[in-house]
Parts: sequence; C-alpha cells; structure tokens
Amino acid sequence: MADKMATRQAYGQVLAELGSKYESLVVMDADLSKSTMTADFKAVFPERFFNMGIAEQNLYGAAAGLALSGKIVCASTFAMFASGRAFEIIRNSIGYTKANVKICATHAGITVGEDGASHQTFEDLALMRTIPGMTVINPSDGVSAKQLIRQAVAFNGPAYVRLGRAAVPVFYDEQADIKIGKANCVRQGKDVTVIATGIMVSEAMIAAEKLAEDNIDVRVIDMHTIKPIDINIIVKAATETKGIVTAEEHSVIGGLGAAVAEVVTTHLPCKIAMVGQQDTFGESGKPEELKVKYGMTAKEIILAVKQISANS
Amino acid sequence: MDYREFEQTAANIRVGIVKAIHAAGSGHPGGSLSAADIVTALYFREMKIDPKNPKMEGRDKFILSKGHAGPVQYAALAERGYFPKIDILQLRKLGNQFQGHPNMDKIPGVEMSTGSLGHGISVAGGMAMANKMDAKNGRIYVLLGDGELQEGLVWEAVMSAAHYKLDNLVAIVDWNGLQIDGKNDDVMKVSPVGEKFTAFGWNVLNIDGHSFEEIFKAFEDAKDCKEKPTAIVAKTFKGRGVSFMEDNPNWHGKAPNDDELAQAIRELGGEW
Repeated sequence: MADKMATRQAYGQVLAELGSKYESLVVMDADLSKSTMTADFKAVFPERFFNMGIAEQNLYGAAAGLALSGKIVCASTFAMFASGRAFEIIRNSIGYTKANVKICATHAGITVGEDGASHQTFEDLALMRTIPGMTVINPSDGVSAKQLIRQAVAFNGPAYVRLGRAAVPVFYDEQADIKIGKANCVRQGKDVTVIATGIMVSEAMIAAEKLAEDNIDVRVIDMHTIKPIDINIIVKAATETKGIVTAEEHSVIGGLGAAVAEVVTTHLPCKIAMVGQQDTFGESGKPEELKVKYGMTAKEIILAVKQISANS
Repeated sequence: MDYREFEQTAANIRVGIVKAIHAAGSGHPGGSLSAADIVTALYFREMKIDPKNPKMEGRDKFILSKGHAGPVQYAALAERGYFPKIDILQLRKLGNQFQGHPNMDKIPGVEMSTGSLGHGISVAGGMAMANKMDAKNGRIYVLLGDGELQEGLVWEAVMSAAHYKLDNLVAIVDWNGLQIDGKNDDVMKVSPVGEKFTAFGWNVLNIDGHSFEEIFKAFEDAKDCKEKPTAIVAKTFKGRGVSFMEDNPNWHGKAPNDDELAQAIRELGGEW
C-alpha cells in the first residue's frame, strides 16, 4: 500500500479523460467544483460544464432535463446534499424517468472530518439503494474509482457514485478486473468473511493481516457495488466461512450491512456482525480521530471477527 | 382574427377532461379546466410537433409542471391525434397508461413524468440548456400552477434559467388563484407573481389565460425577447367552463357524479 489518493481526485482525473471520449458528457456542480474536483473537467471543457450555484434540488432537476435531451450528465455536490436534500428530485425526476444522470457525490461519511455532523452523511447508501433502478457504487480506492466511473458513464441509466474527501491507500493495480455488480475478493480466507465497502476495505485488509497472526484466516471482499449487490459472492461466503462481518463508513442501518443481511436471510442465514456508524451523528475532528472515536477502524473489525469465530 | 376553431377545440378538450375524471372517480378537474385554453393554444398552433412522430428531432416540448392537471394534457394529446380519445377514459385505472400524474414512458407526446410540484420547470430548464448547447431551435414550454410557486425548487430553477439566458424557455403560470386549502393568498401569499419573475431577470407578460388572442400574442412576444426566459402570467378561472366548478376550490380534486357530468357536458358544448 504505497500511494494514497482520495477517490474524488480519481473522479476529477477520469472526468477530464472521459470528456474527450464522450462529446455528449456534461458535468454539473453546485458551487463546490474545487472540492468535488469537477473543476478538472471545467478546465478542459468549459462549454460543457455548468455551475448551478448553491441549489442542489435544481442541480438534479436540470441534470434530468439535460439527460432526457440526450446528454450523459455527471452532477456533483457533497453526498449529504445530493442524497439528502435532493432525494425526492433524484427519486422522481431521475429514478422514475430512468434519466442518464450519474450522481457523483463526494465528501461522504465521517472522513469529511472537521466540517462536522451537518456535512457527514451516513444515510446516503440507504437512501439511494431504495430507488428502483438506481445503481449504487462505493469505490474503495483511486484505481477502482476510475474504473467504476468509466463503466458508470458507459451505461445508460441513473447511478449514484459515493466518493470520499480523504486520501486513502491505493491497493488495486491498474490491470485489476473490477466490474459494476461483481464484488472483488481481495483476500482469500476460510474462517470468517469481511465484506467491506469504500474506505473500510483497506481497514479490513489491515484487520485480516493482524488476525492471521492469531491463526484466523479471513476472507476480504470489496463490495464496491451496493446495488445491484453481488448475491453469489455473499452466499458463497455464508456457505464456506463461519460468518460475515460487514464494514462500512455509513450507518449500520440501511447500508451495506443491511443489504448483506437481506441476501443472507433470504438465501442462507448465517451470523453477521456490522461495523459502521452506530445510529448517531458525528462531530468535528481529524478524519483518523473520528474513525477511531466512532468505531470504523481495523480494531472494530478484528473484534467482530473474533466474536464470530469464537461463537461458532 | 377569428378564434372560434380554437374555442371549439378547447371545449372538446374540456369535455374530455370531465369525462375522464368522471370515469376515474377521482382527479383534478379545476386546474385542468383552467389550463385548457393555454394547452389548446400550444398543441394546436404554437408548437412544432408531429403526432405521428412524437420524438421528432428539433420539436418543441411541453412540460406539465402542474402534473395533477394530467387530464388536460391527455385530452389535448387525444384531440391532437396521438391516441384514440376513448383511451383516456381508462384514467387512473390499474395497469393503464393514463396515470394519476403523467408518465413519459407510457404516453406518446408526454416529454416528462411530473406530479411532484416544482420539478417540471427545473427539468424544462435542463432541456432548454441542452437545446442551446446543440443549437437546436426547439422551444420548451412549461406550465406551472400558481400554488406550485410556493415550492422553493421553482425559484432555484427560475434563477438559473435567467443566469443561463434561456430565451428558448417559456413558463406559463396558470394563475387561477386557488389551491387545495383555499385562495393562494390566504394559504401562502404568492402574489405579486409577475414582479417576482421580473426581479429574477425574466421577461414577463401578463395576459388573460382564456383569450386566444392574448395567448398567441404572448407566445410571439416571447420569441422576440432575446437572452431572457419569458414568464407568461395567465389569469384564469379554476373550473373554467363548468358553472358549478368555476372559481370554486372544492373542485380542485373531486370527480363529478353522473348528473354533474351531464350538466358539465351541456354547458361546455364540446364534441367528443
């Protein structure tokens, strides 16, 4: 794990690349282009960039209008305001119409850090995955973010892409096979499975290395696509290992943990423990401090794995 | 000029509205009838459209931002030949294309699925931006309710349309003065309407929304205005054409019974 890169940086870089490939690509923002990194696209294709001002509802309404006129639209703001404030616009004018809008939402989760609770969303995956036909993607590093965004832009229909503010380790190599809807098993193991998403994948890898010292062999899955979720890989984990720990930088209510539990209870019940934000708001602080205080680190994953391992 | 032909068409559309809502047993006659003349003017003269080719390249587009008035759009599209008139009597029935609020995937000629207020003008703005980008001549017409102006999203969209100089966008406000709970200005004051649009940088035209002469002239004036979107504030009467519905908020969302339907059809004098 050498380099670090925020997934939003990967987004900015891939947008500038995709602008040349797709003449119909339009990028929109709500006065946060230097933070969401859409400014990278604006610098190269100013005539295809629209700043809609601090008006997230209209950002997504207008995005729908452009998409229904044949444009591919990437529309960005902070995840809190995209998924929360504009939820009903996204539901009715993008979801219901199947508009080709990619909601690329940055600054998700606790790693927003110093801005505090008003800006830290732990609800966005839950909200977005309830919309029929919405693809929901949460990349774990810069390389996979680029690949997944390229694929999201290539298909016709709505998608939500969750991106982070903080730099996170890059652990995929450029040739890695990453596909929307197909989770990646990033570490083989036979005792317990950790299904992680977003920045929690690298925490899960740290946890797995530590647990190996205690002779617990942990499988780690990068569930970068929350919807449609990879049912097969979950059922396989439920069959082959003693239980599943889910890990997400999101509320344990309604997000990855819930999505995995829905699959498991339907197909093959097994023990599940959920690591994530425990039904509480965040606060200001450094991202690393907040991860520790709110229990979203390798430590909590290790505890949960040991619990499942001991009880079975 | 003689507008009798359009008046007759509007009467036919109004009959379609009351028949469909009667058949459904629920719906919104008041705001459908108030908008009938404006919608007739758009579909029967103003807009470049082709019922045989609803997705015609470069066409004008109409968005019913006040989606609860779906019956006026359905009756107008039927009258214009997009589908048989009898079809709209399936309004609001299970498995049918004529949903309580318009769905673009189910009905030819419907450009946007609406119903949640404020969305239509926001989406229309995006469509106008797309036409500007592609140098397409098609104009975007969006019909708003007056009560709808209470939605914050409307004003976000109004601000951005002026900012992006969308002179290919025309917003028509069906100003019938009433909403579900009573008069607009008792529920939540929306007036003055025109002044608000002016303050946001729009070209504003105040007209009688039941006068074809004034409606057509406003559309022409809108085309002459460059670099600004146009708002046509059309004074109308809710339930227009049916004596017992006219200017009565109780007919915002209620279906006529058999006797009321018969009386409405007699008064409207439409052919259907």
